[in-house]
Amino acid sequence: MSLTSDHVKRVGRLAQLGLTDAEITETLTQLNSILSLVDQMQQIDTKGVVPLAHPLELKQILRADAVTEMDQREKFQNTSPQADAGLYLVPRVVE
Amino acid sequence: MSDITDLSFSELKKALQEKSLSSTEITLAFLERIESLNPKLNTFITVTRDEAMRSAKNADTAISRGTATAYTGLPIAHKDLFCTDGVLTTCGSKILSNFVAPYDAHVVSRCKAAGLVSLGKLNMDEFAMGSSNENSYFGPVRNPWDTDRVPGGSSGGSAAAVAAKLTPLATGTDTGGSIRQPAAFTGTSGIKPTYGRVSRFGMIAYASSLDQGGLIAHTAEDLAHGLGLIAGHDSRDSTSAERSVPDYTEVLNGSLKGKVIGLPKQFFDDRLNNSMRDAMDMVLEVFKSLGASVVEISLDHVAEAIPAYYVIAPAEASSNLSRFDGVRFGYRADKPTNLLDLYERSRGEGFGSEVKRRILIGTYALSEGYYDAYYKKAQQIRRLIRDDFNHALASCDLIFGPTTPSTAFVIGEKISDPVSMYLEDIYTVATNMAGLPGGSFQAPMISGLPTGYQLTGPAFGESIILNAAHQIQMATDWHRLNPENF
Repeated sequence: MSLTSDHVKRVGRLAQLGLTDAEITETLTQLNSILSLVDQMQQIDTKGVVPLAHPLELKQILRADAVTEMDQREKFQNTSPQADAGLYLVPRVVE
Repeated sequence: MSDITDLSFSELKKALQEKSLSSTEITLAFLERIESLNPKLNTFITVTRDEAMRSAKNADTAISRGTATAYTGLPIAHKDLFCTDGVLTTCGSKILSNFVAPYDAHVVSRCKAAGLVSLGKLNMDEFAMGSSNENSYFGPVRNPWDTDRVPGGSSGGSAAAVAAKLTPLATGTDTGGSIRQPAAFTGTSGIKPTYGRVSRFGMIAYASSLDQGGLIAHTAEDLAHGLGLIAGHDSRDSTSAERSVPDYTEVLNGSLKGKVIGLPKQFFDDRLNNSMRDAMDMVLEVFKSLGASVVEISLDHVAEAIPAYYVIAPAEASSNLSRFDGVRFGYRADKPTNLLDLYERSRGEGFGSEVKRRILIGTYALSEGYYDAYYKKAQQIRRLIRDDFNHALASCDLIFGPTTPSTAFVIGEKISDPVSMYLEDIYTVATNMAGLPGGSFQAPMISGLPTGYQLTGPAFGESIILNAAHQIQMATDWHRLNPENF
């Protein structure tokens, strides 16, 4: 199937990705050519094949429930565009 | 003696040990060369001159006091995807163009602990998405063999910097070919280790089940030294393998007598152009002359690796890149009207077009109603590909093929056609899907441009790959050729 510009707008909203109308038009053709490449997968019969999520099929490793990290809030918040008093500042959410 | 910067990582190691050179002399030589040649190539995003000179001085002190490691004082440069404490880490993106990492990636801290001197941070395709290094917010990297051509990508800065002798060793990452393809385009050697061999802690994530850190250098011997430094378990990466790390340099001189090289018939069908086939045949002749035998194998589902990759990688990317929201780090849009506007505009203005395409594809593939047709299907194909490799590697020691379909293309040639760019990785992607180690090494040149051959080995079989490539390099001089103006 092929995408329409409404699909692209919807997916853009899901991804919280601001797209201009020009970008949507330009990207539409490219996304459709990528999806037709991807659709070559449908030629393969995969009935009964167990999906492989991870190349080594590793098990999650457990560790002791002990504190191993120091509090570095200030250092990490230094990289924020706007932080104050240990809080990340964003536009008002609740009126 | 030749110029300092003409020496390989292994040769520089020897010179430091023999005390014929100091780390300060070596570091200064590379920094000066970067200063004079980098403007032509755009390989470095950040040069950490002062820090490098300080580390070099410390290294010389350690060497004179006898407290040095075997690698103290040797230069390296890092792909700008590895977090470096206190140093700009951009991932080639506008959204991280002001991001000074607050900690070191595991790979970076291992290099520091060994006493390596970091020269700076290398240009790359934005978030490692690309095969030409044209997708960088900091501009394209140029190939030292022909500055009108791309160096490959996404580790294009790493490969071009090594080829131009701006650093003897560079880190890179490989999700679908991002170490091997640029190595092939620039006449360098590159290794993508087994998934889990090198910790991903502090590597800015693209596709987490495929990403793997590795190295680019002049020779397999250099890679053997470097890999020993960065490989090994790290509890901060839950996918890091708990396996001991062999001494990769110890096995380099093993004979290839009796080794079996597998040729996937799908890589040598009539789609392979004649000049590339001739180059590959010349490499195979050397393998045979060293006592290896060649058998035909089949990787039945390798043609579907690219389609499945362009579901799995974008799906994982769409999730990984959701952390860039203009709140905790990086670029924030000006005067947001509300929270949603802040997210949408920061991301819309901060990401480049290829990154946006992959986020859109990934979000679409994971969205309600499409999961089975895309993500699940791709993971089923991934198992078939992995099973093909396991089956093939039961009858051979290494799998051989060209790294790329052709030599480096001209800048701008493929940028508006994403699918033709994606097909650049047709020979490399399957290795990532299977999580296996792969290396690309110098093959005979075609019309003045480098080519590479690729070796894929069994899981954790990096030594087998490096041994084979080293033996070829001992018998040939393809890896000794240098770009004329660099």
